Amino acid sequence: MNKYPVWLNLLVLTILVAGIVFALPNVYGSAPAVQVAAPNDGVVSESQLQEFVRIVGNAGVEPEAAYVKDGRAVLRFHNLNEQTVANGALRQTYERRFGIAQTLAPRLPAWVRGLGLEPMSLGLDLRGGVYVLLEVDMDSAVSKRLEAYDEDLDERLRGAGIRHRIDLENRSLTIRLASVDDVEAARDVIRQADADLIITDGADGRSLRVRMTEAQIRERENLAIEQNITTLRNRVNELGVSEPIVQRQGADRIVVQLPGVQDPTELDKILTATATLEFRLVDLTGDEPGSRRYPGRDGEASQVLKRRIVASGDQIVNAGAGFSQGQPVVNIQLDAAGGESMLETTQNNLQKPMSTVFIETHRETVTRNGVEEVRQVKTEEIINTATIRSVFKNNFQISGISQAEAHDLALLLRAGALAAPVYKVDERTIGPTLGQENIDRGFKAITIGFLAVIVFTALYYRWFGVIASIALFSNLVFIVALLSLLQASLTLPGIAGIVLTVGMAVDANVLIFERIREELVAGVTPQLAINSGYEKALSSIADANITTLIAAIVLFAFGTGPVKGFAITLSLGIITSMFTAIVGTRTIVNLVFGGRRLEKLPV
Amino acid sequence: MRLIKDKTSIDFLGAKRRKVAVGLSLLLILLSVASLVDRGLAFGIDFTGGLLLELGYDHPADLDDIRANLGAAGFPDAQVQRFGADTDVLVRLPPHDDKEPAAIQAELQSALGVDGSSVVVRRVESVSPQIGEELTEQGGLAMIFALLMIFGYVMFRFQWKFAAGAVAALAHDVIITLGFFSVFQWPFDLTVVAAVLAVIGYSLNDTVVVFDRVRENFFKLRGTSAEDAMNVSVNETLARTIITGLTTLIVLVALLVLGGESIAPFSIALIVGILVGTYSSIYTASAAALMLGVSPQDLIEPVKDPDLIDDLP
Repeated sequence: MNKYPVWLNLLVLTILVAGIVFALPNVYGSAPAVQVAAPNDGVVSESQLQEFVRIVGNAGVEPEAAYVKDGRAVLRFHNLNEQTVANGALRQTYERRFGIAQTLAPRLPAWVRGLGLEPMSLGLDLRGGVYVLLEVDMDSAVSKRLEAYDEDLDERLRGAGIRHRIDLENRSLTIRLASVDDVEAARDVIRQADADLIITDGADGRSLRVRMTEAQIRERENLAIEQNITTLRNRVNELGVSEPIVQRQGADRIVVQLPGVQDPTELDKILTATATLEFRLVDLTGDEPGSRRYPGRDGEASQVLKRRIVASGDQIVNAGAGFSQGQPVVNIQLDAAGGESMLETTQNNLQKPMSTVFIETHRETVTRNGVEEVRQVKTEEIINTATIRSVFKNNFQISGISQAEAHDLALLLRAGALAAPVYKVDERTIGPTLGQENIDRGFKAITIGFLAVIVFTALYYRWFGVIASIALFSNLVFIVALLSLLQASLTLPGIAGIVLTVGMAVDANVLIFERIREELVAGVTPQLAINSGYEKALSSIADANITTLIAAIVLFAFGTGPVKGFAITLSLGIITSMFTAIVGTRTIVNLVFGGRRLEKLPV
Repeated sequence: MRLIKDKTSIDFLGAKRRKVAVGLSLLLILLSVASLVDRGLAFGIDFTGGLLLELGYDHPADLDDIRANLGAAGFPDAQVQRFGADTDVLVRLPPHDDKEPAAIQAELQSALGVDGSSVVVRRVESVSPQIGEELTEQGGLAMIFALLMIFGYVMFRFQWKFAAGAVAALAHDVIITLGFFSVFQWPFDLTVVAAVLAVIGYSLNDTVVVFDRVRENFFKLRGTSAEDAMNVSVNETLARTIITGLTTLIVLVALLVLGGESIAPFSIALIVGILVGTYSSIYTASAAALMLGVSPQDLIEPVKDPDLIDDLP
């Protein structure tokens, strides 16, 4: 009695070995490293990697290991000093062409890395860094689209010789016509522009209201958030942060996690800025339709500029800060369409002035009549007006800004514009020392808690308690293995979840051992007591664990950030503990006590 | 080793004791609700929104000095308190509408003399009030949802009277745990919500183990009253209830002492919750089920006419 078949013993052993192997990468610790990322989420090739190693070697540093992981080159070093030297050398050679970041890399032997194994990924509260939750201003995304319709319809109606005025309000355009006779013609023009638009007649009989359909609005909103994510990714990559996370959350939010970054104020400017440029011709007559006066930035004269945009920020494919004649400048490269437009404009307007308008949007909360109100504030300033002296196309320079502004503007232009402004709703920064302290504290709590529990169970249930302790330890190994395998971030509440699991996982064994004791008291033979103890406790264990799992799953579904981390480790712990506490201990109990004549049980 | 005798027969659920237990539970619930209504919870910035700075000094920090500096810089509403060690200080600021959080943070840091060596910013959290409202709503929804799902599961596994008893016990645990946080004004943050949900899981775990035994005894001890069968079940599972509570408390005390200040509210919530939960699975759950008139017939399928079997050859 109480003998497991050989295959079952082997299966348990195999699962244990697998657990140990997957948990293994966590014992090696980490070392300073430099990570090199190719632009536009590209992949670093093996030959590029060799090139990086060569450059670092020329600076007198030999990496401890160099490999490509997830498309990024990782060069690991023996110490911080080597890392600094290597980082400097790579930056000097590749500044702006590759994203270069200093980071920590796990000190895995090549064979472990070769198996594709990785240690647990640590959450920001354990490694330090910045967490930012951004909300995308969807209203603005939609009205921006309407503005484009506004301009387009304006041009088309004028082309058709229809006199009109267009007003944008409340997510709709109101087109007022000079004559009632134009209504049908105007309707046709609008249909031509976009057949999907919803057109309703105004009450006065000579105006039309134009709205976007729900589907168009949704599409526009999705597009805006997707483009914002891409743009933010580009901007973050420019910052040289290793393993950044930029993710959509819900309908209109974006999570940005930047491990290792310590200065959120600097980050702020880069993340939420919607700075861009527009190039417009100066309206010398001053009364062309649609022309408007733009203020000049300190020292620059204000100008009346034409309505037509020659080129705008989203047509800029590359931008770099530099100096020209001692002045900070931004070197601009336009895409094909922008270049074409610039060529045509400069050809036809030689010796005429053109202005560069710097546009920045930010949010402001104002209290008006006791009511709080958030509004978009858009600042448009002319930073430079210059006479077109020659014909140019894709490449040119702009000046009129400070060096710091040139640097930030170049970065923002390179990374692309945000399709809609974003603003911060939640921000958390954890210093690196606090992160390490959290790891140390969590580790200490697990170790001491674990030791106290095994001493207690061993005293209370003697040899059966020792067996339960072995199961408890393998349970910890399995949790670590699963976390490494799933690459779910381990957070401080996550560690708390593991600690709680250590306390609760013994419960299954307590249930079993108490049952065995009861059976023994009732006068059953030891072998039979083991058997019925395990059997009778099973339904209680299952019920008890399933109910806890329900709570953990609800937590996971509703929770965010830290709470999710707790829910993950708690759920994993419950599942693994079912295996270790029931099958694991039974295997050992069977091996030790099974099939023997026993007078008493050490329980 | 035995902490509990092999065979106890404590009359947990006798009419008199039950009244005392129910009275005590009701009193605690009443006090908790009164305090929750009157004083409320000491919500952290997760819920209220605002700005939080954790500062590390290289010398013991003078809180009065810090308060004076902040007051002079235009932040008289800043809360300043020690955080664990006497070199660690927590500064909390309610949401300011008229200024950008980044600007406020910069002003705060200069008022506090943060220089990166003698004073270091260890942690910054800046939460908008809007997020806080959402979290409060989500937390409440999560608890209600968890209770409903658990009610469903226990009903499926047992019967509605048991489910009602279990959920009554859980609500009891949640309300009293929250009551403790209100009476003592312990900081209530997101991790506490997680802990309270874990308490729900734990306490239910306890209750279900007792109910499982009740079901078994309803079959085994036919003829005994529901009250006696339940009493026997609570006694039989008593050792387990106490040992598991003990091992869980051991690790939680380790977490409270060693885990650092930021995880302390979480540990406290679980410790309180597990103490209350252990009590409630012995008394409240079973008492509530008894009050609803639970009887062996609720679980045992009516036996088919026994004469039929006798008639078989």
